[in-house]
Amino acid sequence: MSSRNEAVRTAERVARESYGRLVAFLAARTRDVAGAEDALSEAFAAALRMWPEDGVPDNPDAWLLTVARRRQTDALRRRQTRSAGEEHLQLMADEIEDAAGGAGDIPDRRLALMFACAHPAIERGMRAPLILQAILGLTAIDIAAAFLIPPATMGQRLVRAKTRIKDAGIPFTVPEKEQLPERLDSVLDAIYAAYTKGWSDVGDAAPELADEAIWLGRLLVSLMPAEPEAKGMLALMLYAEARRPARRDGTGAYVPLDRQDTALWDKEMLGLAEQLLREASAGGPSGRYQLEAAIQSAHTARRIGGADTWPAILALYTHLERMTYSPVITLNRAVALAETDGPEAALAVLDTLASDRRMEDYQPYWAARGHLLVRLGRKGEAYEALTLAIGLATDNAVRHYLQEQVAKLSDG
Amino acid sequence: MRYMMLIHHDEPALAAADQKQLWQDYAAFNEALAKASGASSGERLEPSSSATTVRTSGDKTDVLDGPYADTKEQFAGYFFIDVPTLEEAVAWAKRCPSSRFGSIEIRPLLVPKAGWK
Repeated sequence: MSSRNEAVRTAERVARESYGRLVAFLAARTRDVAGAEDALSEAFAAALRMWPEDGVPDNPDAWLLTVARRRQTDALRRRQTRSAGEEHLQLMADEIEDAAGGAGDIPDRRLALMFACAHPAIERGMRAPLILQAILGLTAIDIAAAFLIPPATMGQRLVRAKTRIKDAGIPFTVPEKEQLPERLDSVLDAIYAAYTKGWSDVGDAAPELADEAIWLGRLLVSLMPAEPEAKGMLALMLYAEARRPARRDGTGAYVPLDRQDTALWDKEMLGLAEQLLREASAGGPSGRYQLEAAIQSAHTARRIGGADTWPAILALYTHLERMTYSPVITLNRAVALAETDGPEAALAVLDTLASDRRMEDYQPYWAARGHLLVRLGRKGEAYEALTLAIGLATDNAVRHYLQEQVAKLSDG
Repeated sequence: MRYMMLIHHDEPALAAADQKQLWQDYAAFNEALAKASGASSGERLEPSSSATTVRTSGDKTDVLDGPYADTKEQFAGYFFIDVPTLEEAVAWAKRCPSSRFGSIEIRPLLVPKAGWK
């Protein structure tokens, strides 16, 4: 990365950090996320434009507040005759005035804002986009691109979700102990959903979204250092991210985990993931993200250390399956079972999923089925399953990989 | 929600593609579509060079050779899907091999209001 790019990234990071903190601070008092974003949007845009050139100011919060305050005063002056918008503008102006008065000592309310964005009253699919916008200041256009939604549609949904926060009286608080695990799960799921959007597609805007999700994961861990599942989720994202350079070969073709060149894995990132996982496991009972991270840790040990960790992987999936009742986990468990007990046993497990309608258009199910049938020499059925997997693939590299498997079938 | 997926091809780009691979991909896509949504009706059209366009204005009727608009991408066929969300419709558009040689327009079908027949 060039130093110029690095300067841009650093400036962006600081701007997002400061922006998110200010939005959270203002919105926590007014419950008006859209209003807080409006008040800061021009200042934030100016920061993204100017800081990479001029350097990051000593007190980024104060810089943003000063610019925001000036804009608010202008806006108030312009709209003096219109009472409807004025009241809201005046309220926000007072808030900004107060915050600026406190000079650089803005309490960090981002955790409360994340819990508000991931509240059960918010449509599940909108929780991740809302967090990306409110905490990181990503535009509806950027978020829409990553979530494969038309920008105008994404914009409308974000507006609706923010109105809901305001109107439904969604609290800006970190939930009490009894509620915390369930509510934290929604926050973790939203951040992880943002990460998987950035994981499934290579190229385009997606890898940037993966970076943003990891950044949010780090933020969450720093704000809730005692929470093992937050660490588990961050570890899980880092395991996946560390392998990114090895997921495609020089020609862009898909490389499955077992054929990845482990020299390309980011060892520093893996080390960090291992450390987080250790801390998480020491901190209490195992949750879903810790278990999934532990599975990735076992895969890493298998590929780098050469140890046969398949029995451990199978045990972890069995545990996870009891916890989640998810057909996706059952599918993954079957793949592990194929390594310990053979393809026949694994196929028997897949057969139990065959009647689940969700599997009909679930590409990994058909790919796994196809690969097991290839190993069993049942070519005709393997061809059918792999053909369905090709038809369901949305990723070109994965499609090509499956096409090669089918081609091998007719050669051999 | 039922959607009509309108396929538009960049015809030269499509002609330049590996035809065997393309139709294999299409066969796979059709099978996946049939599996997920039951029998799905869709049709392919002859190239836009075969089109005839009729336009009537007042007493005058023009019958012209060629498609109604001379654009880079031409209407080439359609299929229907019935999925709960736009996101899933987008996923099906992405799966469709034609999306790599043009574009796919997703249009929800008009739901007749009560009293309309």
